[in-house]
Amino acid sequence: MIDAGNTAWLITATALVLFMTLPGLALFYGGLVRAENLLSVLMQCFAIACLVSVVWLACAYSLVFSGGGALIGDLSKVLLLGVPRDAVAQNTTLPETVFFMFQMTFAIITPALIVGASVERMRFGAVLLFTFLWLLLVYVPAAHWIWGGGWLAERGVLDFAGGLVVHLTAGVSALVLAVQLGPRLGFPDDVKPPHAVWMTMAGACMLWVGWFGFNAGSALTAGGDAGMAMTVTHISAATAALVWIVIEWAKFGKPSVVGAVTGAIAGLASITPASGFVGPGAALVIGSAGGAICYVMVGVVKRRFRIDDSLDVFAVHGVGGATGVLLTAVFVDAALGGAGLAEGRSMGGQVVIQLTGIAAILLWSLVVSFVIAKVVHAVTGLRVNAETEEQGLDLRLHGERGYNM
Amino acid sequence: MKYIIAVIQPHRLDAVRDALAGMGVQGLTVSEVRGFGRQKGQTEIYRGAEYIMQYVPKVKLEIAVDDAIADAVVETVGNAARTGRIGDGKVFVLDLEGAMRVRTGEMGADAL
Repeated sequence: MIDAGNTAWLITATALVLFMTLPGLALFYGGLVRAENLLSVLMQCFAIACLVSVVWLACAYSLVFSGGGALIGDLSKVLLLGVPRDAVAQNTTLPETVFFMFQMTFAIITPALIVGASVERMRFGAVLLFTFLWLLLVYVPAAHWIWGGGWLAERGVLDFAGGLVVHLTAGVSALVLAVQLGPRLGFPDDVKPPHAVWMTMAGACMLWVGWFGFNAGSALTAGGDAGMAMTVTHISAATAALVWIVIEWAKFGKPSVVGAVTGAIAGLASITPASGFVGPGAALVIGSAGGAICYVMVGVVKRRFRIDDSLDVFAVHGVGGATGVLLTAVFVDAALGGAGLAEGRSMGGQVVIQLTGIAAILLWSLVVSFVIAKVVHAVTGLRVNAETEEQGLDLRLHGERGYNM
Repeated sequence: MKYIIAVIQPHRLDAVRDALAGMGVQGLTVSEVRGFGRQKGQTEIYRGAEYIMQYVPKVKLEIAVDDAIADAVVETVGNAARTGRIGDGKVFVLDLEGAMRVRTGEMGADAL
Protein backbone atom coordinates (compact mmCIF):
# COMPACT_ATOMS: atom_id res chain seq x y z
CA MET A 1 0.00 0.00 0.00
CA ILE A 2 1.22 3.49 -0.83
CA ASP A 3 2.17 5.63 2.17
CA ALA A 4 1.82 9.36 1.59
CA GLY A 5 4.56 10.43 4.02
CA ASN A 6 7.14 8.03 2.64
CA THR A 7 6.20 8.94 -0.90
CA ALA A 8 6.52 12.65 -0.20
CA TRP A 9 9.98 12.18 1.26
CA LEU A 10 11.16 10.01 -1.63
CA ILE A 11 9.95 12.49 -4.24
CA THR A 12 11.94 15.13 -2.37
CA ALA A 13 14.95 12.85 -2.07
CA THR A 14 14.82 12.09 -5.79
CA ALA A 15 15.03 15.79 -6.58
CA LEU A 16 17.93 16.16 -4.13
CA VAL A 17 19.92 13.34 -5.73
CA LEU A 18 19.38 14.67 -9.26
CA PHE A 19 20.53 18.04 -7.92
CA MET A 20 23.79 16.36 -6.86
CA THR A 21 24.65 15.78 -10.53
CA LEU A 22 22.89 18.78 -12.07
CA PRO A 23 24.49 21.07 -11.21
CA GLY A 24 26.38 19.92 -8.07
CA LEU A 25 28.89 17.45 -9.49
CA ALA A 26 29.13 19.40 -12.76
CA LEU A 27 30.21 22.54 -10.88
CA PHE A 28 32.44 20.61 -8.47
CA TYR A 29 34.34 19.15 -11.42
CA GLY A 30 34.00 22.25 -13.61
CA GLY A 31 35.88 24.45 -11.17
CA LEU A 32 38.78 22.00 -11.03
CA VAL A 33 39.63 22.10 -14.75
CA ARG A 34 41.17 24.76 -16.98
CA ALA A 35 38.88 27.62 -17.99
CA GLU A 36 39.02 26.37 -21.59
CA ASN A 37 37.48 23.03 -20.56
CA LEU A 38 34.74 24.19 -18.19
CA LEU A 39 31.87 23.76 -20.63
CA SER A 40 33.01 20.32 -21.73
CA VAL A 41 32.72 19.09 -18.14
CA LEU A 42 29.29 20.68 -17.64
CA MET A 43 28.14 19.26 -20.96
CA GLN A 44 29.38 15.75 -20.20
CA CYS A 45 27.56 15.65 -16.85
CA PHE A 46 24.40 17.06 -18.42
CA ALA A 47 24.41 14.73 -21.43
CA ILE A 48 25.14 11.70 -19.26
CA ALA A 49 22.09 12.57 -17.16
CA CYS A 50 19.94 12.68 -20.29
CA LEU A 51 21.35 9.52 -21.84
CA VAL A 52 21.12 7.44 -18.67
CA SER A 53 17.52 8.57 -18.10
CA VAL A 54 16.42 7.22 -21.46
CA VAL A 55 18.34 3.95 -21.12
CA TRP A 56 17.01 3.55 -17.59
CA LEU A 57 13.46 3.68 -18.90
CA ALA A 58 14.24 1.57 -21.95
CA CYS A 59 15.61 -1.43 -20.07
CA ALA A 60 18.12 -0.72 -17.30
CA TYR A 61 15.55 -0.35 -14.53
CA SER A 62 13.92 -3.61 -15.48
CA LEU A 63 17.26 -5.44 -15.64
CA VAL A 64 18.17 -4.26 -12.13
CA PHE A 65 14.89 -4.45 -10.27
CA SER A 66 12.60 -7.04 -11.84
CA GLY A 67 13.00 -10.78 -11.78
CA GLY A 68 14.84 -12.85 -9.20
CA GLY A 69 17.95 -13.90 -11.11
CA ALA A 70 21.21 -14.17 -9.19
CA LEU A 71 23.18 -12.34 -11.86
CA ILE A 72 20.71 -10.14 -13.76
CA GLY A 73 17.05 -9.16 -13.73
CA ASP A 74 14.58 -9.66 -16.56
CA LEU A 75 12.91 -7.52 -19.21
CA SER A 76 9.38 -7.59 -17.80
CA LYS A 77 9.37 -3.86 -17.01
CA VAL A 78 10.98 -2.57 -20.19
CA LEU A 79 9.70 0.99 -20.83
CA LEU A 80 7.71 0.54 -17.60
CA LEU A 81 5.19 -1.40 -19.69
CA GLY A 82 2.79 -3.20 -17.44
CA VAL A 83 3.48 -0.85 -14.53
CA PRO A 84 0.20 0.94 -13.87
CA ARG A 85 -0.02 4.41 -12.31
CA ASP A 86 -0.83 3.08 -8.84
CA ALA A 87 1.62 0.16 -8.84
CA VAL A 88 3.55 -0.25 -5.58
CA ALA A 89 7.27 -0.92 -5.77
CA GLN A 90 8.21 -4.29 -4.32
CA ASN A 91 8.93 -4.33 -0.57
CA THR A 92 8.14 -0.63 -0.23
CA THR A 93 5.20 1.65 0.39
CA LEU A 94 6.11 3.81 -2.62
CA PRO A 95 4.56 4.20 -6.05
CA GLU A 96 6.76 2.29 -8.48
CA THR A 97 7.22 5.45 -10.55
CA VAL A 98 8.81 7.17 -7.54
CA PHE A 99 11.07 4.20 -6.84
CA PHE A 100 11.98 4.14 -10.54
CA MET A 101 12.87 7.84 -10.53
CA PHE A 102 14.79 7.66 -7.23
CA GLN A 103 16.94 4.79 -8.44
CA MET A 104 17.43 6.51 -11.80
CA THR A 105 19.16 9.45 -10.12
CA PHE A 106 21.75 7.02 -8.70
CA ALA A 107 22.29 5.54 -12.15
CA ILE A 108 22.86 9.08 -13.43
CA ILE A 109 25.43 10.25 -10.91
CA THR A 110 27.52 7.08 -11.03
CA PRO A 111 28.80 7.35 -14.63
CA ALA A 112 28.95 11.13 -14.18
CA LEU A 113 31.47 10.56 -11.36
CA ILE A 114 33.75 8.77 -13.83
CA VAL A 115 34.00 11.97 -15.91
CA GLY A 116 36.46 13.22 -13.30
CA ALA A 117 39.09 10.77 -14.51
CA SER A 118 38.89 11.68 -18.18
CA VAL A 119 38.41 15.45 -18.17
CA GLU A 120 40.25 17.77 -20.56
CA ARG A 121 41.09 15.08 -23.13
CA MET A 122 38.26 12.63 -23.91
CA ARG A 123 36.12 12.85 -27.03
CA PHE A 124 32.49 13.73 -26.38
CA GLY A 125 31.20 10.83 -28.46
CA ALA A 126 33.48 8.49 -26.57
CA VAL A 127 32.10 9.74 -23.25
CA LEU A 128 28.56 8.97 -24.39
CA LEU A 129 29.38 5.55 -25.83
CA PHE A 130 31.42 4.62 -22.76
CA THR A 131 28.54 5.71 -20.51
CA PHE A 132 25.96 3.73 -22.50
CA LEU A 133 27.97 0.50 -22.40
CA TRP A 134 29.14 1.04 -18.84
CA LEU A 135 25.63 1.57 -17.51
CA LEU A 136 24.39 -1.67 -19.02
CA LEU A 137 27.46 -3.83 -18.41
CA VAL A 138 28.85 -2.57 -15.10
CA TYR A 139 26.22 -0.58 -13.22
CA VAL A 140 23.18 -2.72 -14.04
CA PRO A 141 24.71 -6.04 -12.92
CA ALA A 142 26.33 -4.50 -9.83
CA ALA A 143 23.10 -2.81 -8.77
CA HIS A 144 21.15 -6.03 -9.35
CA TRP A 145 23.62 -8.11 -7.35
CA ILE A 146 23.34 -5.84 -4.32
CA TRP A 147 20.00 -4.01 -4.51
CA GLY A 148 17.98 -6.13 -6.92
CA GLY A 149 18.10 -9.36 -4.94
CA GLY A 150 21.13 -10.81 -6.71
CA TRP A 151 23.88 -13.05 -5.42
CA LEU A 152 25.65 -10.49 -3.22
CA ALA A 153 22.36 -9.56 -1.56
CA GLU A 154 21.76 -13.27 -0.93
CA ARG A 155 25.11 -13.46 0.84
CA GLY A 156 24.18 -10.56 3.09
CA VAL A 157 26.46 -7.83 1.74
CA LEU A 158 25.58 -4.52 3.42
CA ASP A 159 25.63 -1.48 1.14
CA PHE A 160 22.97 0.94 2.26
CA ALA A 161 23.23 3.68 -0.35
CA GLY A 162 25.95 2.72 -2.78
CA GLY A 163 29.47 2.41 -1.40
CA LEU A 164 29.85 -0.55 -3.76
CA VAL A 165 27.15 0.07 -6.37
CA VAL A 166 28.01 3.74 -6.88
CA HIS A 167 31.38 4.70 -5.47
CA LEU A 168 33.50 1.59 -5.93
CA THR A 169 32.20 0.87 -9.45
CA ALA A 170 32.80 4.48 -10.48
CA GLY A 171 36.17 4.74 -8.73
CA VAL A 172 37.67 1.57 -10.18
CA SER A 173 36.29 2.25 -13.65
CA ALA A 174 37.67 5.80 -13.48
CA LEU A 175 41.12 4.44 -12.76
CA VAL A 176 40.88 2.00 -15.67
CA LEU A 177 39.69 4.74 -18.02
CA ALA A 178 42.46 7.11 -16.91
CA VAL A 179 45.08 4.48 -17.72
CA GLN A 180 43.51 3.68 -21.09
CA LEU A 181 43.28 7.36 -22.02
CA GLY A 182 46.75 8.26 -20.87
CA PRO A 183 47.61 11.37 -18.88
CA ARG A 184 46.85 14.95 -19.85
CA LEU A 185 49.60 16.74 -21.77
CA GLY A 186 52.17 17.96 -19.26
CA PHE A 187 51.15 15.56 -16.48
CA PRO A 188 52.39 15.43 -13.74
CA ASP A 189 54.59 18.52 -13.53
CA ASP A 190 53.03 20.95 -15.94
CA VAL A 191 49.22 20.68 -15.79
CA LYS A 192 47.12 23.74 -15.11
CA PRO A 193 45.67 24.29 -11.64
CA PRO A 194 41.91 24.54 -10.96
CA HIS A 195 40.46 27.59 -12.71
CA ALA A 196 37.65 28.47 -10.26
CA VAL A 197 37.96 27.10 -6.75
CA TRP A 198 34.81 28.96 -5.64
CA MET A 199 32.84 26.95 -8.23
CA THR A 200 34.24 23.70 -6.83
CA MET A 201 33.22 24.81 -3.34
CA ALA A 202 29.70 25.67 -4.49
CA GLY A 203 29.37 22.31 -6.27
CA ALA A 204 30.69 20.42 -3.25
CA CYS A 205 28.10 22.10 -1.02
CA MET A 206 25.31 21.08 -3.40
CA LEU A 207 26.66 17.53 -3.25
CA TRP A 208 26.66 17.64 0.54
CA VAL A 209 23.04 18.81 0.73
CA GLY A 210 21.96 16.45 -2.03
CA TRP A 211 23.59 13.59 -0.17
CA PHE A 212 20.85 13.84 2.46
CA GLY A 213 18.52 12.62 -0.28
CA PHE A 214 21.03 10.02 -1.40
CA ASN A 215 21.56 8.38 2.00
CA ALA A 216 18.43 9.26 3.98
CA GLY A 217 16.32 8.59 0.89
CA SER A 218 17.82 5.12 0.65
CA ALA A 219 15.84 4.21 3.77
CA LEU A 220 12.83 4.29 1.37
CA THR A 221 10.78 5.43 4.35
CA ALA A 222 10.40 8.71 6.22
CA GLY A 223 11.24 7.51 9.71
CA GLY A 224 13.98 6.77 12.17
CA ASP A 225 16.25 5.07 9.64
CA ALA A 226 16.15 8.12 7.38
CA GLY A 227 16.75 10.44 10.32
CA MET A 228 19.78 8.52 11.53
CA ALA A 229 21.12 8.16 7.98
CA MET A 230 20.92 11.93 7.53
CA THR A 231 22.63 12.51 10.88
CA VAL A 232 25.58 10.20 10.30
CA THR A 233 25.97 11.48 6.74
CA HIS A 234 26.35 15.03 7.95
CA ILE A 235 28.70 14.18 10.81
CA SER A 236 30.95 12.09 8.59
CA ALA A 237 31.23 14.87 5.99
CA ALA A 238 32.08 17.46 8.63
CA THR A 239 34.61 15.21 10.35
CA ALA A 240 36.42 14.25 7.15
CA ALA A 241 36.63 17.89 6.06
CA LEU A 242 38.20 18.80 9.41
CA VAL A 243 40.67 15.93 9.07
CA TRP A 244 41.71 17.16 5.62
CA ILE A 245 42.03 20.76 6.88
CA VAL A 246 44.25 19.65 9.77
CA ILE A 247 46.48 17.52 7.53
CA GLU A 248 47.03 20.33 5.04
CA TRP A 249 47.54 22.90 7.76
CA ALA A 250 50.19 20.73 9.41
CA LYS A 251 51.87 19.74 6.17
CA PHE A 252 51.79 22.93 4.09
CA GLY A 253 51.02 25.62 6.65
CA LYS A 254 47.89 26.61 4.71
CA PRO A 255 44.53 24.82 4.84
CA SER A 256 43.06 25.05 1.32
CA VAL A 257 39.47 25.34 0.14
CA VAL A 258 39.92 22.58 -2.42
CA GLY A 259 41.30 20.36 0.33
CA ALA A 260 38.48 21.06 2.77
CA VAL A 261 35.71 20.36 0.29
CA THR A 262 37.47 17.27 -1.06
CA GLY A 263 37.64 16.00 2.50
CA ALA A 264 33.89 16.51 2.87
CA ILE A 265 33.23 14.51 -0.31
CA ALA A 266 35.53 11.74 0.94
CA GLY A 267 33.57 11.64 4.20
CA LEU A 268 30.28 11.50 2.32
CA ALA A 269 31.44 8.67 0.06
CA SER A 270 32.79 6.75 3.08
CA ILE A 271 29.59 6.94 5.13
CA THR A 272 27.34 6.06 2.17
CA PRO A 273 27.36 2.26 2.52
CA ALA A 274 27.11 2.52 6.31
CA SER A 275 24.58 5.32 6.58
CA GLY A 276 21.50 3.22 7.35
CA PHE A 277 23.29 0.82 9.69
CA VAL A 278 25.46 2.84 12.08
CA GLY A 279 25.19 5.46 14.81
CA PRO A 280 26.67 8.96 15.16
CA GLY A 281 29.77 7.79 17.05
CA ALA A 282 30.61 5.54 14.14
CA ALA A 283 30.20 8.49 11.82
CA LEU A 284 33.06 10.25 13.62
CA VAL A 285 35.29 7.22 13.10
CA ILE A 286 34.23 6.56 9.50
CA GLY A 287 34.61 10.24 8.60
CA SER A 288 38.06 10.39 10.17
CA ALA A 289 39.21 7.21 8.47
CA GLY A 290 37.71 8.16 5.12
CA GLY A 291 39.27 11.62 5.20
CA ALA A 292 42.75 10.43 6.14
CA ILE A 293 42.87 7.38 3.87
CA CYS A 294 41.55 9.26 0.84
CA TYR A 295 44.09 12.03 1.43
CA VAL A 296 46.92 9.53 1.32
CA MET A 297 45.49 7.75 -1.72
CA VAL A 298 45.32 10.93 -3.80
CA GLY A 299 49.09 11.17 -3.50
CA VAL A 300 49.62 7.46 -4.08
CA VAL A 301 47.61 7.37 -7.33
CA LYS A 302 48.94 10.61 -8.81
CA ARG A 303 52.55 10.63 -7.64
CA ARG A 304 53.49 7.02 -6.95
CA PHE A 305 51.44 5.24 -9.63
CA ARG A 306 51.68 8.26 -11.95
CA ILE A 307 48.09 7.70 -13.10
CA ASP A 308 46.30 10.86 -14.21
CA ASP A 309 42.93 10.11 -12.62
CA SER A 310 42.60 13.84 -13.06
CA LEU A 311 40.06 14.76 -10.38
CA ASP A 312 40.89 11.84 -8.06
CA VAL A 313 37.75 9.77 -8.59
CA PHE A 314 39.36 6.52 -7.49
CA ALA A 315 41.19 7.98 -4.49
CA VAL A 316 38.14 9.80 -3.16
CA HIS A 317 35.12 7.76 -4.29
CA GLY A 318 36.55 4.28 -4.85
CA VAL A 319 38.71 4.20 -1.76
CA GLY A 320 36.20 6.11 0.37
CA GLY A 321 33.36 3.80 -0.66
CA ALA A 322 35.40 0.65 0.02
CA THR A 323 36.56 1.99 3.39
CA GLY A 324 32.96 2.59 4.40
CA VAL A 325 31.84 -0.85 3.19
CA LEU A 326 34.47 -2.49 5.35
CA LEU A 327 33.80 -0.37 8.43
CA THR A 328 30.07 -1.07 8.08
CA ALA A 329 30.78 -4.63 9.18
CA VAL A 330 32.22 -3.29 12.44
CA PHE A 331 29.86 -0.46 13.29
CA VAL A 332 26.63 -2.19 12.34
CA ASP A 333 27.11 -4.06 15.63
CA ALA A 334 24.41 -3.03 18.09
CA ALA A 335 27.05 -2.89 20.84
CA LEU A 336 28.72 -0.07 18.89
CA GLY A 337 25.50 1.86 18.34
CA GLY A 338 24.54 0.22 15.07
CA ALA A 339 21.32 -1.33 13.82
CA GLY A 340 22.62 -4.80 14.66
CA LEU A 341 24.17 -7.68 12.74
CA ALA A 342 21.92 -10.22 11.03
CA GLU A 343 20.78 -12.97 13.37
CA GLY A 344 23.50 -15.52 14.05
CA ARG A 345 26.21 -13.57 12.23
CA SER A 346 29.48 -12.50 13.85
CA MET A 347 31.40 -9.32 13.12
CA GLY A 348 34.19 -11.39 11.60
CA GLY A 349 31.70 -13.17 9.40
CA GLN A 350 30.29 -9.86 8.20
CA VAL A 351 33.81 -8.57 7.47
CA VAL A 352 34.38 -11.55 5.19
CA ILE A 353 31.06 -10.94 3.45
CA GLN A 354 31.88 -7.26 2.95
CA LEU A 355 35.31 -8.19 1.55
CA THR A 356 33.59 -10.57 -0.87
CA GLY A 357 31.43 -7.69 -2.04
CA ILE A 358 34.42 -5.39 -2.47
CA ALA A 359 36.40 -8.03 -4.38
CA ALA A 360 33.51 -8.92 -6.67
CA ILE A 361 32.63 -5.32 -7.53
CA LEU A 362 36.26 -4.32 -7.90
CA LEU A 363 37.08 -7.17 -10.26
CA TRP A 364 33.90 -6.81 -12.31
CA SER A 365 34.37 -3.05 -12.69
CA LEU A 366 38.05 -3.44 -13.55
CA VAL A 367 37.68 -6.12 -16.21
CA VAL A 368 34.50 -4.91 -17.87
CA SER A 369 35.58 -1.25 -17.91
CA PHE A 370 38.85 -2.29 -19.51
CA VAL A 371 36.98 -4.12 -22.28
CA ILE A 372 34.54 -1.23 -22.76
CA ALA A 373 37.41 1.26 -23.05
CA LYS A 374 39.00 -0.94 -25.73
CA VAL A 375 35.73 -1.16 -27.63
CA VAL A 376 35.12 2.59 -27.45
CA HIS A 377 38.69 3.21 -28.55
CA ALA A 378 38.09 1.03 -31.59
CA VAL A 379 34.75 2.61 -32.47
CA THR A 380 35.17 6.35 -31.84
CA GLY A 381 38.70 6.77 -30.50
CA LEU A 382 39.03 7.78 -26.85
CA ARG A 383 41.11 10.89 -27.04
CA VAL A 384 41.05 14.23 -28.81
CA ASN A 385 44.14 15.26 -30.78
CA ALA A 386 46.92 17.24 -29.14
CA GLU A 387 45.92 20.48 -30.80
CA THR A 388 42.37 20.24 -29.48
CA GLU A 389 43.66 19.33 -26.05
CA GLU A 390 45.94 22.36 -25.97
CA GLN A 391 43.30 24.76 -27.21
CA GLY A 392 40.67 23.34 -24.88
CA LEU A 393 37.62 21.20 -25.52
CA ASP A 394 35.04 23.96 -25.15
CA LEU A 395 35.78 25.78 -28.36
CA ARG A 396 36.87 22.78 -30.40
CA LEU A 397 34.16 20.29 -29.41
CA HIS A 398 31.26 22.50 -28.42
CA GLY A 399 31.88 25.76 -30.28
CA GLU A 400 31.51 27.85 -27.15
CA ARG A 401 33.62 29.52 -24.50
CA GLY A 402 32.91 29.39 -20.78
CA TYR A 403 33.95 32.99 -20.37
CA ASN A 404 33.64 35.75 -22.98
CA MET A 405 35.65 38.52 -21.40
CA MET B 1 60.38 63.90 -22.11
CA LYS B 2 60.70 60.53 -20.48
CA TYR B 3 58.50 57.46 -20.69
CA ILE B 4 58.48 55.59 -17.40
CA ILE B 5 57.36 51.97 -17.26
CA ALA B 6 56.87 50.48 -13.82
CA VAL B 7 55.96 46.84 -13.14
CA ILE B 8 54.77 46.58 -9.54
CA GLN B 9 52.80 44.49 -7.08
CA PRO B 10 49.07 44.87 -7.80
CA HIS B 11 48.24 45.75 -4.20
CA ARG B 12 50.61 48.77 -4.27
CA LEU B 13 48.82 50.43 -7.20
CA ASP B 14 46.64 52.79 -5.19
CA ALA B 15 49.57 53.91 -3.03
CA VAL B 16 51.60 54.70 -6.16
CA ARG B 17 48.73 56.60 -7.74
CA ASP B 18 48.17 58.68 -4.60
CA ALA B 19 51.87 59.50 -4.35
CA LEU B 20 52.09 60.55 -8.01
CA ALA B 21 48.95 62.67 -7.85
CA GLY B 22 50.69 64.97 -5.37
CA MET B 23 53.59 65.80 -7.70
CA GLY B 24 52.07 66.99 -10.95
CA VAL B 25 51.74 63.79 -12.91
CA GLN B 26 48.71 64.42 -15.15
CA GLY B 27 47.88 60.86 -16.11
CA LEU B 28 49.02 57.29 -16.34
CA THR B 29 48.02 54.04 -18.00
CA VAL B 30 47.60 50.80 -16.05
CA SER B 31 47.48 47.22 -17.35
CA GLU B 32 47.22 43.89 -15.60
CA VAL B 33 50.17 41.81 -16.70
CA ARG B 34 51.93 38.58 -15.76
CA GLY B 35 55.62 37.91 -15.66
CA PHE B 36 58.56 36.62 -13.75
CA GLY B 37 61.81 38.04 -12.46
CA ARG B 38 64.24 36.68 -9.94
CA GLN B 39 61.18 35.51 -8.00
CA LYS B 40 60.72 32.81 -10.68
CA GLY B 41 56.97 32.39 -10.22
CA GLN B 42 55.24 31.00 -7.16
CA THR B 43 53.87 27.69 -5.94
CA GLU B 44 50.24 26.74 -5.36
CA ILE B 45 49.11 23.49 -3.77
CA TYR B 46 45.88 21.68 -4.67
CA ARG B 47 45.07 18.32 -3.08
CA GLY B 48 48.69 17.96 -2.06
CA ALA B 49 50.07 18.50 -5.57
CA GLU B 50 52.30 21.48 -6.25
CA TYR B 51 51.59 23.66 -9.24
CA ILE B 52 54.38 26.03 -10.25
CA MET B 53 52.92 29.30 -11.45
CA GLN B 54 55.54 30.44 -13.97
CA TYR B 55 54.08 33.90 -14.27
CA VAL B 56 53.03 36.03 -11.35
CA PRO B 57 50.30 38.70 -11.67
CA LYS B 58 51.66 42.26 -11.71
CA VAL B 59 50.45 45.71 -12.62
CA LYS B 60 52.24 47.72 -15.31
CA LEU B 61 52.12 51.53 -15.20
CA GLU B 62 53.12 53.71 -18.12
CA ILE B 63 53.75 57.35 -17.37
CA ALA B 64 54.91 60.09 -19.78
CA VAL B 65 56.51 63.07 -17.95
CA ASP B 66 58.60 66.15 -18.56
CA ASP B 67 62.36 65.71 -18.12
CA ALA B 68 62.31 68.02 -15.12
CA ILE B 69 60.30 65.70 -12.90
CA ALA B 70 61.35 62.31 -14.35
CA ASP B 71 63.87 61.44 -11.64
CA ALA B 72 61.47 62.46 -8.90
CA VAL B 73 58.68 60.34 -10.43
CA VAL B 74 60.91 57.28 -10.57
CA GLU B 75 61.87 57.78 -6.96
CA THR B 76 58.27 58.32 -5.89
CA VAL B 77 57.06 55.20 -7.69
CA GLY B 78 59.84 53.21 -6.11
CA ASN B 79 59.12 54.45 -2.61
CA ALA B 80 55.38 53.92 -2.87
CA ALA B 81 55.63 50.45 -4.43
CA ARG B 82 58.32 49.10 -2.14
CA THR B 83 57.48 46.45 0.46
CA GLY B 84 61.04 45.24 0.79
CA ARG B 85 60.07 41.68 -0.13
CA ILE B 86 60.96 39.72 -3.25
CA GLY B 87 58.66 40.46 -6.17
CA ASP B 88 58.34 44.24 -5.70
CA GLY B 89 59.03 44.82 -9.39
CA LYS B 90 61.07 47.13 -11.63
CA VAL B 91 60.98 50.66 -13.04
CA PHE B 92 62.32 51.43 -16.53
CA VAL B 93 62.98 54.87 -18.02
CA LEU B 94 62.96 55.52 -21.78
CA ASP B 95 63.56 58.67 -23.82
CA LEU B 96 60.30 59.84 -25.33
CA GLU B 97 60.50 61.46 -28.77
CA GLY B 98 57.06 62.94 -29.14
CA ALA B 99 53.55 63.21 -27.80
CA MET B 100 50.20 64.57 -28.96
CA ARG B 101 47.01 65.41 -27.09
CA VAL B 102 44.40 63.95 -29.42
CA ARG B 103 41.60 66.42 -28.56
CA THR B 104 43.53 69.62 -29.28
CA GLY B 105 46.42 68.50 -31.42
CA GLU B 106 48.98 70.01 -29.01
CA MET B 107 52.43 68.49 -29.49
CA GLY B 108 55.44 67.75 -27.29
CA ALA B 109 55.61 68.51 -23.60
CA ASP B 110 52.45 70.63 -23.85
CA ALA B 111 50.53 67.46 -24.62
CA LEU B 112 51.45 65.75 -21.36
